Amino acid sequence: MNDKPKQQYDIAAIMNENINVMRDVVPWANETRFRVTKVEKGHVFGVQPWEAHLVGDLETGVIHGGVITTFLDNLCGMACTSAMTEMRFVATIDLRIDYMRPAEKGRDIIGEAECYHLTRTVCFTRAWAYHETRDKLIATAAGTFAINKARLGGGSRK
Amino acid sequence: MNPQLTNPRADEIDAILKRLPFAQTLGMRCEVLGDEMTAILPFQEKLIGNVAIRALHGGAIASFLELTAMLQVFLISDMPRPPKPINLTIDYLRQGHAKDLYARAYVLKMGRRMASVRAEAWQENRAEPVTALMAHFLVAAE
Repeated sequence: MNDKPKQQYDIAAIMNENINVMRDVVPWANETRFRVTKVEKGHVFGVQPWEAHLVGDLETGVIHGGVITTFLDNLCGMACTSAMTEMRFVATIDLRIDYMRPAEKGRDIIGEAECYHLTRTVCFTRAWAYHETRDKLIATAAGTFAINKARLGGGSRK
Repeated sequence: MNPQLTNPRADEIDAILKRLPFAQTLGMRCEVLGDEMTAILPFQEKLIGNVAIRALHGGAIASFLELTAMLQVFLISDMPRPPKPINLTIDYLRQGHAKDLYARAYVLKMGRRMASVRAEAWQENRAEPVTALMAHFLVAAE
């Protein structure tokens, strides 16, 4: 019985247009140097390059797990926003990371995050990190995110 | 070399932090007294995750806690090198403000193959942690 239908936006398309901006405005993401490569509704892809300043194991030269955590956390958060029909930001409630095998020195890590369920207040996500395919995983993540209230008068709720 | 350090492992932790590129990128350090260690992450602009509200990035806090937990296991063990993480769960309890962050880790169980560790990070008030981590590490050489 609402008077007007709420305006719906294709958030994923907006994000795709601003794919580099999304990372550039996050100082810690600039430090770890990952890139977002593709945004679809509820699905975000990215690349985490190997960098000498991110090495967490001197013997193997593998980058630190914290870099993968940062990468997957960020992709999951973006997957939440991309699944919405109005621009909202999210905050991580919790995140679980499982490390299957070490990443290889000098190789890019591909990351993929999916927001598989969305309520009015919480988003549920999972993510994968690998070199080639999801059959050979480096790490997986499962995270829940709280949806922040819309600000500046935009996006009023029913 | 800190003459006050009572644990010989403390020097090794110092050396690991200085040699490890990612620890240097984060800019963290540790103070060790006996088997107790406090990790310190001085505030730096690069640790910000949200410029609008000037909050620390969750990934930076998680990285800091993971390193703290890893080093605590190393501190109380006789392992030749720091342990490898199996998994971890991070609870973001409060916003991390643009201030220094501290952390301590507790080894709940040191097994022959695995160690279970809990770590907490706080800012002004230790009773109000910003983030909590639970992690498992592989401690067996194999």
